[in-house]
Amino acid sequence: MARVGVITFPGSLDDTDARRAVRIAGGEPVALWHASTSLEGVDAVVLPGGFSYGDYLRAGAIARFAPLMAELIPAAQAGLPVLGICNGFQVLAEAHLLPGALMPNAGGHFVCRDQRLRVENARTAWTSDYAEGQEIVIPLKNMDGRYTASAETIAELEAEGRIIARYMDVNPNGSLNDIAGVTNEAGNVVGLMPHPEHAVESLTGPTTDGLGFFTSIVKGLINV
Amino acid sequence: MARVVVDVMLKPEILDPQGQAIARKLPQLGFEGVAAVRQGKRFEIEVDGPADEAALERVRKIAETLLANPVIENFEVHAE
Repeated sequence: MARVGVITFPGSLDDTDARRAVRIAGGEPVALWHASTSLEGVDAVVLPGGFSYGDYLRAGAIARFAPLMAELIPAAQAGLPVLGICNGFQVLAEAHLLPGALMPNAGGHFVCRDQRLRVENARTAWTSDYAEGQEIVIPLKNMDGRYTASAETIAELEAEGRIIARYMDVNPNGSLNDIAGVTNEAGNVVGLMPHPEHAVESLTGPTTDGLGFFTSIVKGLINV
Repeated sequence: MARVVVDVMLKPEILDPQGQAIARKLPQLGFEGVAAVRQGKRFEIEVDGPADEAALERVRKIAETLLANPVIENFEVHAE
C-alpha cells in the first residue's frame, strides 16, 4: 500500500484532514514531525495547510528550515512526490522547490470560499487521476495566496504547461494569470493554494472533487 | 557590540497592496502631494564585536538566507 507522509509543523492546521484524505483514497497515511530527521521511508509527502510559525517573517519562511526539510529537499529533487497545500505551497516556494512566491491577498482580506478551478495539467504525480480541462470545486481559505513570479518565470510556466490549476469565475487573491497551482519541471512536486483535502467526503465538503489529488498519488505509486 | 541594519523592500515590479492602502488614506488625513507609498521591513541585528566588513558580510548572508526572499524582495545592509 502506498505510504504517504504528512508533515506537521508548529501551527499546521490541516494535517489531520490530509491524513484522512490519504486513507479515503486508499493509501496509508504516515504522520511526520517537522523536528524529526527521518522521512520514515514514505513513498510521497504532503505539506499541509495552516500557519506554521504564525506566518512570521513571510508565510513558510521559517518552516522551510525545519530539520525534516533538510531531508525532504534533496529527496524531492531526486523525484520523491511532494504536494504542498496552502501553507505547504508557501513552504515549497520558500524552499525554492517551486518557482515564484505567495504574497498577501491583493484585497487585503482573508478569503474563504468554495472555489471553482480548472485542472490544466493532468500529467503530474498528483493530478493524473483528473482529465485535462476538468472543472472542480474545492474550498479556498488563505491570507497569503497571491501567486507572484517574474515575467520570465510566468512565461516559462505557461509555455511548459506547468500551471496545474487555474481559478475560474473570480480571481480570489490577485494571483498572476489566475494561477492556483504549479508544478516543478519533473512533475513530482506540486503546490496548490486551495484545499483538496477538505473536499473528499460529501458530509463535510462542498464536493468530493479534491479526492483526485490523493487517488492520483495512491494509484500512481501502486502502478510503479 | 554594534548594530547592523537590514532594510528589505519588495522589488519595484511587485504589487504592494499595503503601501497602496496607506497612500490612498493620506489625502483623507489632509496630507497632499504623496505620489506613492511602498512598505518594507527593517531588521536591527546586534553583532558581537565591531561592525566591520566581516560582520557586514555575515549579515548579508543572514539577509539572503532568511530575512529576504530574493524572488520578490531586495535588501540593503549598513552599519549604524
